[in-house]
Parts: sequence; structure tokens; C-alpha cells
Amino acid sequence: MNVEPRVRVEDKLYYNRYLVDVGHPHVKVRAHTTPSPQLLALLKACPARCYELNDDGQVEITVDGCIECGTCRVIAEPTGDIQWSHPRGGFGVLFKFG
Amino acid sequence: MIEEKFDAIVVGAGMAGNAAALTMAKRGMKVLQFERGEYPGSKNVQGAILYADMMEKLVPEFREEAPLERHLVEQRFWMMDDRSHVGMHYRSEDFNEERPNRYTIIRAQFDKWFSSKVREAGATVLCETTVTELARDERERIVGVRTDRRDGEIHADVVVLAEGVNGLLGTRAGLRARPTPDNVALAVKEMHFLPRETIEARFNLKGDEGVVIEAAGTISRGMTGMGFIYANKECISLGIGCLVADFQRTGQTPYVLLDQFKRHPSVAPLIAGSEVKEYSAHLIPEGGYKSIPQLYGEGWVVVGDAAQLNNAIHREGSNLAMTSGRIAAEAIGLLKSRGEPMSATNLSIYKKMLDDSFVIKDLKKYKDLPPLMHTQSQNFFLTYPQLISKAMQNFVRVDGTPKAEKEKATLKSFVKARSWTGLFGDACRFARAWR
Ligand SMILES: Cc1cc2nc3c(=O)[nH]c(=O)nc-3n(C[C@H](O)[C@H](O)[C@H](O)COP(=O)(O)OP(=O)(O)OC[C@H]3O[C@@H](n4cnc5c(N)ncnc54)[C@H](O)[C@@H]3O)c2cc1C
Ligand code: SF4
Repeated sequence: MNVEPRVRVEDKLYYNRYLVDVGHPHVKVRAHTTPSPQLLALLKACPARCYELNDDGQVEITVDGCIECGTCRVIAEPTGDIQWSHPRGGFGVLFKFG
Repeated sequence: MIEEKFDAIVVGAGMAGNAAALTMAKRGMKVLQFERGEYPGSKNVQGAILYADMMEKLVPEFREEAPLERHLVEQRFWMMDDRSHVGMHYRSEDFNEERPNRYTIIRAQFDKWFSSKVREAGATVLCETTVTELARDERERIVGVRTDRRDGEIHADVVVLAEGVNGLLGTRAGLRARPTPDNVALAVKEMHFLPRETIEARFNLKGDEGVVIEAAGTISRGMTGMGFIYANKECISLGIGCLVADFQRTGQTPYVLLDQFKRHPSVAPLIAGSEVKEYSAHLIPEGGYKSIPQLYGEGWVVVGDAAQLNNAIHREGSNLAMTSGRIAAEAIGLLKSRGEPMSATNLSIYKKMLDDSFVIKDLKKYKDLPPLMHTQSQNFFLTYPQLISKAMQNFVRVDGTPKAEKEKATLKSFVKARSWTGLFGDACRFARAWR
């Protein structure tokens, strides 16, 4: 049986450079009591694992590690679950290689 | 507030935006270009293969100046199951030519250089500035933009939207729809650093020769997707991308997928001992011809990934971006030289010129392939790779079983997995979509 080692995306994000725009998150989750299937999908689909479930079972976002791919927007903006924008000019991820 | 009026505003300093800005600036037009990143390239992700032909049309002397990695002498295609790969390699000394046809590049570095050419040509480039809105006049024509740096509107005769796959401005302004989960793929990628000699030894290269590997099969866990491994001078780009709709449907996590790809027995030795220096992710337009939106309107055109101009089958995107940017700029230049307004009717020549180029012709040729791949992903990305691996193993393993029996077993496994009608249907559907 092949045992899969746990992949920690936090370790991967550690390689990257960011300029965090403190207090101005560019992605916001709409307040909700029970998350929609689209919101729940983001827990897995976001490549930076920005979305987490809180103790009350709601989906929360921390944008600090966001790599600005737009996947969450494609999945969860149509339903109004999230609001997605670019960070302000100069802020966010800074790829050295890309 | 910038009072002066420009001939053109370009949003984005990626491949498409730089091609457009350069072409217009060279014609003596007054061009203002915005880029939200700290420097051009700091937001951009690519494999990355650069196609020389399209670059030459923009900067003929790019080979002497641009930060290029390796010129490609070899292309490998791998069809993978969990423990094996069946490969096709094409390597030719012909590719060691004076003016090589394809190069690997590192986008953040390349874009910075490309942008320096745009500035040299006379365009004004403003980085660290996100364009937040398109400005309209009372007749709903696009007349400029608003940014997060300055109050008020900045005006131009025409706005070139080169904002990349997410295309937020265009969708917000109602010029086109938001990309849907089944017409974009999410790719995740890492940069693995190794000494130059190690890369050359592992990939059988000398000097600046390069190789790229495109991989498909069980690595995408039944989703529509591809992996890639590209050799640069001192690092290896490695990544995997799958349709967003498939991630959504299956609940697979992109970084776990990437990790499994890296640990595949065919891949692991290539990157053993490397130092990872970056982890990135980006969307790729995959909808093909049928997903191309309206390309022009009153006072605007859209180019590159924002217009879904991407040939996922051949992994071409940057060249379509460059070409559409250049053609849009030539169309605008033509109107300008005739003193004609940038109306939708007049700007329609951009579409006519694009229709006549390889960009639209190629996308049209494969118009039925994306939907076929998407609906048949289990077969094309899981079942067939496993069957082909089994067939190869049957073919090469010598164990005393008579060859006729082995062939029968191979055939039986195919028919069992897909049935005769299934096999025949897949072959026909594929041939028709490829034609
Ligand atoms: C993993 C991966 C591998 C790929 N491999 C290849 C390959 O090998 N060969 C190939 O030809 N193609 C490849 N592609 C496709 C290629 O990268 C794209 O087709 C190409 O980059 C598109 O160029 P573009 O200028 O349209 O968009 P982009 O290069 O994405 O540029 C858009 C620019 O606009 C800026 N921007 C966006 N919105 C705003 C705003 N509101 N205000 C200011 N600035 C803004 C962005 O910061 C960015 O600089 C690959 C793509 C990926 C993701
Ligand atoms: S844009 Fe991409 S990285 Fe950022 S939160 Fe959305 S899915 Fe995650």
C-alpha cells in the first residue's frame, strides 16, 4: 500500500514573496450560516489553501497567501458567494520567475 | 489626474499588451500602458515555451538581447500510468540552427525585458497601478479608464484590453462573460533549481540545448489535464494543470496532484536534490474557438488570454497573445493614419485581420476537441493510459507466454475496458475533432 505523505501548502507558499495590503483583502466571502457547495469546493480547489472552515462550519478566507489565480472567482462569484478583485497596484504576490 | 489625452491605453503588460503597446509606439502613437504588478512579469506564469517566429515579428533582434533559457532540440510526450510512462521523443540536430524556432524562457524575467523595449519605443508604462474601471461617455462608448492610483478618468481614443485570462475589467463592463469552470484550467507550477551540469546530464543536453516533456495520463486522476517538465539553464519548471470544473467535481487538491506528479518514478529522478524557489498558479483558457467573445466595440479591443485566444491542444498561448496584440495594434494604427474614429464598425477590421491569421484558423481547426476531451476525460486521461501501459508491458516483458496469446490478452483488455463500439466511437470522434 502506497502511503501518501501529507502535502503542506504552507511550506510551498513560504518560497514566495508577497506584499500584503494589510486591512484591504482583495477577496471577500459573503456572510452565511451554511456554506453553498461552491464555497465548500474552494476548500479543496484553491491552490494556496486560502479558504478554511471555522468552528461554526462557515467558510472563511485569509488572502495573505493568495497567488491570484482566479479559480475561486470562476467557481464561486456567479453565485454571489465571494467578491473577487485584483489587489491594489503593487500589492499581492510578486513572482520572481513565474 | 492625467489631463492629456492618449492615442491608446493598454491594460496589462503581459505578452499581448506588450506586443500591442510596442507596435503602436513604434508607429509614433502616444501610448499609455498600465500594469498592476510591481514590474511587468511579476504577476505572470507560463511554462514557458517562447515561439521565435511571432517574437521576431515584434523584436527582430530578440535573440541577442532577450533573457532566453534554452533552445529546444527535443520534445517528449509521455503517457503515464501510476508506475510507468509510454513515451514518444522527437529530437533533431536540425533544431541546432542559427535561428532556433523555440526557446524556454522565465516569464517574470522575459516580460521585464519585453517591457524595456516598449519603453524604448516611446510608450509610457505605469506599473503598480491596477485599472479598476472602464470610463464611458454619454453614448456608452469606452473613452478611457480609472485606476487605483489617481482620481478621475484618463482618456484615450481606444483602450486595448490585454488583461489576461481573468479579464475582470471586460466582464465588469459587460463586454464579455466571466470564464466558466469548464473553459479554464488551473495550473500549478514549481521552479526547481539544480546545477547546470546536472540538468544537462539528466536530460542529455549540451550547451544551451533544451528539452520539454508534456505528460498526460493517470497523473490527472481522470480529470482533463496535462503535466509539463521544461528544462531551463539552471532550473526545471514543473507543473500540472486540470480543468477547473474537474477540480470542482472531484474535490482533488491541486498541490497534492503536483506532489504526486513529482513523486512519479519517471519524474522523481529528474528533480532529485533540487531546491524549490517558487510555487505559482495561473488559469489557462481552454474553451477554444467556441469560447471566443466579442473582440471589439466602441472604443475598445480585447487581445490575448482575455479573449480566450489559447490553443490548449498545442500548448500555445503566448504566441497567440503576441500576434493578436500586434494585429490589433496594426488595425488601430491603420485607422489612426486614415484619421478614422475608433468606432466598432471601424475596429471590426481587427477581427477580419485576426480571422485571416493562424490564430483563428488554428482555433477553428480544433473547435470540437475541447468539448470532446472534457466529456470523455475518464477515457482519455485514465482508461487509455492504463491500457496502453499494459499493452507495452505485454509487448516487452519476456516470460515464456506465446506472442499470439499476449496480443490476444492486450486486445481483450481494451475491449473489456471500452467495448468495441466504445473504441470505434472514440477513434472516430477523435479523428473528426482533429481533422
Ligand atoms: C502553467 C502555464 C504554462 C503555459 N505554457 C505556455 C507555453 O509553454 N507556451 C505558450 O505560448 N503559452 C503558454 N501558456 C499560456 C501563456 O502564458 C498565455 O497565453 C499568455 O501569457 C497570455 O498573455 P496575455 O498578455 O494575454 O496575458 P498575461 O500574460 O496574463 O498578461 C496580463 C497582464 O495584465 C495585467 N493586468 C490584468 N488586469 C489588470 C488591471 N486591471 N490593471 C493593470 N494590469 C492588469 C497582469 O498583471 C498581467 O501582467 C501557459 C500558461 C500557463 C498558466
Ligand atoms: S485567487 Fe486563487 S489563490 Fe487566491 S484565493 Fe482564489 S483560488 Fe485561492
